[in-house]
Amino acid sequence: MGVEGIGASVVRKEDRRFITGKGRYVDDIKLQGMTYAQFVRSPHAHAKVKSIDTAAAMKMPGVVGVLTGKEIVDDKVGNLICGWAITSKDGSPMKMGAWPAMAPETVRFVGQAVAVVIAETKNQARDAAEAVVVNYEELPAAADIRAAIKPGAPQLHPEAPGNVIYDWTIGEEAATDAAFKSAANVVSLDITNNRLVPNAMEPRAAIAEYNEAEEHFTLYTTSQNPHVARLVLSAFYNIAPEHKLRVVAPDVGGGFGSKIFIYPEEMVALWASKKVRRPVKWTGDRSEAFLTDAHGRDHLTKAEMAFDKDNKVTALRVKTYANLGAYMSLFSSSVPTYLYATLLSGQYNIPNIFAEVISVYTNTVPVDAYRGAGRPEASFVVERLMETAARQLKVDPGELRRKNFITQFPHQTPVIMAYDVGDFGASLDAAMKAIDYAGFPARKAKAKSEGKLRGIGLSCYIEACGIAPSKAVGSLGAGVGLWESAEVRVNPVGTIEILTGSHSHGQGHETTFAQLVADRLGIPISQVQIVHGDTDKVQFGMGTYGSRSAAVGMSAIFKAMEKVEAKAKKIAAHQLEASEGDIVIENGEFKVTGTDKSIALPMVALAAYTAHNLPDGMEPGLKEGAFYDPTNFTFPAGAYICELEVDSGTGKTSFVNFVAADDFGRLINPMIVEGQVHGGLAQGIGQALLEGAVYDSSGQLVTASFMDYTMPRADDLPSFKLNHTTTLCPGNPLGVKGCGEAGAIGASAAVINAITDAIGNNKLEMPATPDRVWHAIHG
Amino acid sequence: MSTVKLTVNGKAVSAEVEDRTLLVHLLREHLNLTGTHVGCDTSQCGACVVHIDGKAVKSCTVLAGQAAGSSVTTIEGISKGDELHPMQAAFRDNHGLQCGYCTPGMIMSAIDIVNRYGGKLDEDTVRHELEGNICRCTGYHNIVKSVLDAAGRMKVAQAAE
Repeated sequence: MGVEGIGASVVRKEDRRFITGKGRYVDDIKLQGMTYAQFVRSPHAHAKVKSIDTAAAMKMPGVVGVLTGKEIVDDKVGNLICGWAITSKDGSPMKMGAWPAMAPETVRFVGQAVAVVIAETKNQARDAAEAVVVNYEELPAAADIRAAIKPGAPQLHPEAPGNVIYDWTIGEEAATDAAFKSAANVVSLDITNNRLVPNAMEPRAAIAEYNEAEEHFTLYTTSQNPHVARLVLSAFYNIAPEHKLRVVAPDVGGGFGSKIFIYPEEMVALWASKKVRRPVKWTGDRSEAFLTDAHGRDHLTKAEMAFDKDNKVTALRVKTYANLGAYMSLFSSSVPTYLYATLLSGQYNIPNIFAEVISVYTNTVPVDAYRGAGRPEASFVVERLMETAARQLKVDPGELRRKNFITQFPHQTPVIMAYDVGDFGASLDAAMKAIDYAGFPARKAKAKSEGKLRGIGLSCYIEACGIAPSKAVGSLGAGVGLWESAEVRVNPVGTIEILTGSHSHGQGHETTFAQLVADRLGIPISQVQIVHGDTDKVQFGMGTYGSRSAAVGMSAIFKAMEKVEAKAKKIAAHQLEASEGDIVIENGEFKVTGTDKSIALPMVALAAYTAHNLPDGMEPGLKEGAFYDPTNFTFPAGAYICELEVDSGTGKTSFVNFVAADDFGRLINPMIVEGQVHGGLAQGIGQALLEGAVYDSSGQLVTASFMDYTMPRADDLPSFKLNHTTTLCPGNPLGVKGCGEAGAIGASAAVINAITDAIGNNKLEMPATPDRVWHAIHG
Repeated sequence: MSTVKLTVNGKAVSAEVEDRTLLVHLLREHLNLTGTHVGCDTSQCGACVVHIDGKAVKSCTVLAGQAAGSSVTTIEGISKGDELHPMQAAFRDNHGLQCGYCTPGMIMSAIDIVNRYGGKLDEDTVRHELEGNICRCTGYHNIVKSVLDAAGRMKVAQAAE
């Protein structure tokens, strides 16, 4: 592997610019003649826009223009789309209501834009936005799932009677019902999966520039997938054809899913830059992030698990209501269906599964993928059921899981997924050893003697990552293919540029991708530059989400590297007058095996570009591209165990220990992998203990700032103890599975299982605040 | 409009700003020091922390005019040429950052913490002291490690001086 190759915890190449303040985020960019946009947003959750008076605002200092929803519709800018078609159980297509980038007639959530002010300075834009007079006629609002589905509820979209977007099912209903009828024991739970706000630390931002002479747009934006943004802006929103639109996502300060989607603000900035013939910059503030970034989770679920007399699971039945907010965001429809219900088998051999998912509109901001996207919700259902079952059946929760683990691979679940490989027992063993599971009863007894309630909770998660085989997702309704592309450019001096369609917004690709190249060629990572995030430089790409950048993005680089190496070997063989089959690559040199003859990579590269002495018929240059389409999802899995204490007097929870044992297949850079797990765990623990987006019954978001929404802070979290077990993924050339979402998927069930164990009451909702825990203890 | 004169990263600077201008906007918009970030609008996240006369301050809570006459140090001003500040080096070596957005504020807060506690830092103290800086990427695990590591490095560096 070499000191900088695969498996080495090398420090990150990208860090120097971030630790010295030289990162380049969207808001750091200034263009000549740039103006600033401020949106006028609805204060109502549901209202008719009766009139907009812009006259006073137009007279304010520095104002360049005030544009409204009517104008953007008149200019035929397309409505926002949802790119994954879901079909209801009755065969009807999902019911998608129109979502214009600014509302011309009706607003459906607090914060929806109705107009935009463009001015010379940000402060002037803000001042003028205050002077825009909007006359609303308030309508009754449905602010949560229960309010939206009850008879007589306010209707959001004429296309969706009863506010139901789709009523979708998966699995065999009759067989599942039959298994429940013959079950020895049945465990059931009502579960609320709390609504979360992603809160990447960098708020969304966009700068749009229109070149009149070229009829060409450039958009700098906070995106996890700039090529997807360009595709959607071109193909659906009529902004400009793809060759007239460049999208750049420079340094991006975290995404967690929320920066996958193409939002109204980017569309408006582009459109407005042409209207005012000046570059337009919009930088969201945190309040706007809370009000307009797609939120995550928000499920109401009834789940039941059937067991035979030997405590083997015989069936799982789930009914989930999912809140998709006021409009269907880009991938929203897929999250509670194909990213959720297909993971309901967990790590277990469950012969019968039936799930029904009803997605509904509410007068809240759209809900879409947030770190884990459907899989945390699935894992929470399965792992809460397992723990509850162990308590009800009076067996050890670890043993109950072991008894039901899938041990033969490949394993076809009843809900589409075919698990390729895994060793769930090994992960559970490793986690139990790390936390001294056997010693827990003694520790609990000691804590009890000191007046503390101590609990332990397990969570054995599985996820589907490496998203995704294009043909498979196409058959399930996806509007895009989910391959990845890469290009390897060996420069004439032998340095290398890797152009990738993956996008790094914290994941460390500039290091890990370089490690792959270093590993194959035996050169230092300093000789390798990773280029990403610019549609003018990188041919195409599907971006970064669903823990796909190693499994799919790096596999594309692997393929392109193979092509480059094959050509380079031909050149080396020609130069060395040897047979191509005898050439091996070692330490940056092409060697003839069994001899001392060799030629260094820079000389091979130079030969490729001078083209003075190449094999007959060979094209000059040393540059290859590849597209990689995965053959299957990957299936990272693992076991998390949380040990904690609860103060019965205050309901406050304190961590004693949190251990993880993850199987991500091959690790490229263990240091970076562990960093990903730490961050995921923090978000999973945040969901369990602290975080929750709360709308009041009128649809006002009452947790719309860091003063009101509890982000995990350093003193809320423990240090984590991480372990790894390894089964290599057979589905990609690197054997990798993906590590970006695991922590967020597995952690929350471990925490809630531990608290409910400690307090002896299984009824506890997330976030398990001290208030809720105290009431769960004292009634 | 007012003229604000102050010292930033050792250089005397002067800027003509609206009276309502915050220090963070003076730094970012007028002086092009974009390493100091804005992550919220309620003085909670700490992405904008700088040092004013040697003490960590959230630059979004200070009007530019209030900083007149003071000496401000930003993330751009703590390394000596190519030589990183020990806190910067510790963040890199311990993987104390991912997306990098909270990092400048974290580093500026962390230097202040070490300055105040010297060698008497432990994990609990670091976690408590970092309560005003929010990170969404790292789960704080490696940030805490970085600060504890840097505390040792800064002690050694001070002893050497």
